[in-house]
Amino acid sequence: MVCQQCKKHPATVHLTDLVKGEKRERHLCEHCAATEGISFKQHVSINEVLNSFLMTQAGVQELIKMRCPDCGMSFVEFRNQGLLGCPKDYDVFGEALAAVVQRAQEGATHHTGKRPGQTVKLDPRQQRRLELQRELRAAVEREDYERAADLRDRLAELDKA
Amino acid sequence: MNLDQLVHECGEWLKAGGPMSDVVISSRVRLARNLAGHRFLSKASPEERAEIERTLFDAIRSLEFGKNTFYVDVEQSDPIDRQFLVERHLISRQHAEGEGCRGVAISTGETMALMINEEDHLRIQVLRRGLNLDDAWNQTTEVDAALEGVVEFAWHRQYGYLTACPTNVGTGLRVSVMLHLPALKLTNEIEKVLRAAKDMRLAIRGLYGEGTEALGDFFQVSNQVTLGAGEEEILNGFKSEVIPAMVHYEREARRQLRTQSPAALDDKVWRALGVLENARVISSEEALFLLSHLRMGILMERVKTIDLEAVSELLLGTQSAHLQKRLGRRLEGQERSVLRAEYIRKRLDQARPSNN
Repeated sequence: MVCQQCKKHPATVHLTDLVKGEKRERHLCEHCAATEGISFKQHVSINEVLNSFLMTQAGVQELIKMRCPDCGMSFVEFRNQGLLGCPKDYDVFGEALAAVVQRAQEGATHHTGKRPGQTVKLDPRQQRRLELQRELRAAVEREDYERAADLRDRLAELDKA
Repeated sequence: MNLDQLVHECGEWLKAGGPMSDVVISSRVRLARNLAGHRFLSKASPEERAEIERTLFDAIRSLEFGKNTFYVDVEQSDPIDRQFLVERHLISRQHAEGEGCRGVAISTGETMALMINEEDHLRIQVLRRGLNLDDAWNQTTEVDAALEGVVEFAWHRQYGYLTACPTNVGTGLRVSVMLHLPALKLTNEIEKVLRAAKDMRLAIRGLYGEGTEALGDFFQVSNQVTLGAGEEEILNGFKSEVIPAMVHYEREARRQLRTQSPAALDDKVWRALGVLENARVISSEEALFLLSHLRMGILMERVKTIDLEAVSELLLGTQSAHLQKRLGRRLEGQERSVLRAEYIRKRLDQARPSNN
């Protein structure tokens, strides 16, 4: 489908609106949608990442030859569908995949979160503290000092407990 | 427990209420996991798929939390039942439309749904009403740890939890919050929120997640990056920065409407109620659009004769699969719209305090 506005680029933003009770569908390209202030940033499309990645790679021939001995997934197939075939692919595709991951994850290369067998509990007191601090900032901003004093007391109490 | 019993109930997390519920409809936490020693689904044979499903099903059943779940075989389900599960946010559209053996274990109260064989072997999802990510996360991590006691998940020293798509690798954690932003839409300030979301590396999507348009005034905000930040960091960013900022924008816009154009505001709200109470034929899109305005009107205390519970129920109940399951038969186009209008009129009539 072509964008209804510019009639040039593919329409990727689909909207349903109601105008005076009438359903109105609009199909726009990202650019036209953005100029109208409608912008729906999708999750980083893995295909986009892969496309832009492959074009900048010099060793394309090497990449084309890569194939996982376990599941049979080739790098080209991964490039086309965006999904890996088995856990081993993460090692088999080595640096090429590392670069894809880095792009898809805004520069991140290593996991820093929980490890198998761990649980990560959130502390409800920490949550409460953040809320109170936020309210306090807001109270100070609108110069509601009575409320701010009250909030400060409650924060102090929370720290004591 | 089975699907037919759910029809007359409103999922616990979809009921009105919860923290910041004037703007935040619900909070969702999702973890993507795959069994070690198995291929991902794109390369798994039908036999391996079945084995994965059985292994995970048995694991869930063997655990304490699993005793309070019921299992729906999505592959064998009727298309209306699948759509029904999508409308309730218990499975994704992708899971409904997928192929091969797959299913979902749903907890009583519908606060948790474990999708088996969606894009990854397992997707643990926990839902809460309003902004309540702590609670949602704590249940998620408990279930994840309990499962790790009986099965081994694919894990990598560098990448953490391995997923079929590299966009989920690491924590496998996707945090989504559903927001109701009618005032920002009316004041044409919605782009402010979208821009803020972009700056914070977030994705904004429609009511039903991935690949769906933003419908009416409901938006789903979620994190994009799953690697390189701890679970706590991802969650804290959401609950202490992202969502409060968006809630603030929406509340400001409502305040602005109330002070600067009360007549226009009331007109929108009362027209919405007027149409809902009188329409004889109505599409689900129009119903959603009008219910959004009505919800805003009730929360802003412009309409005091309808309770919020009725609106929450209608938001779900007017959707196609829900309507068809409620009436117990397949409905086509026009007939569906007629019966939808009838259902709305009846439900709103019951909602009036004088009838309670």
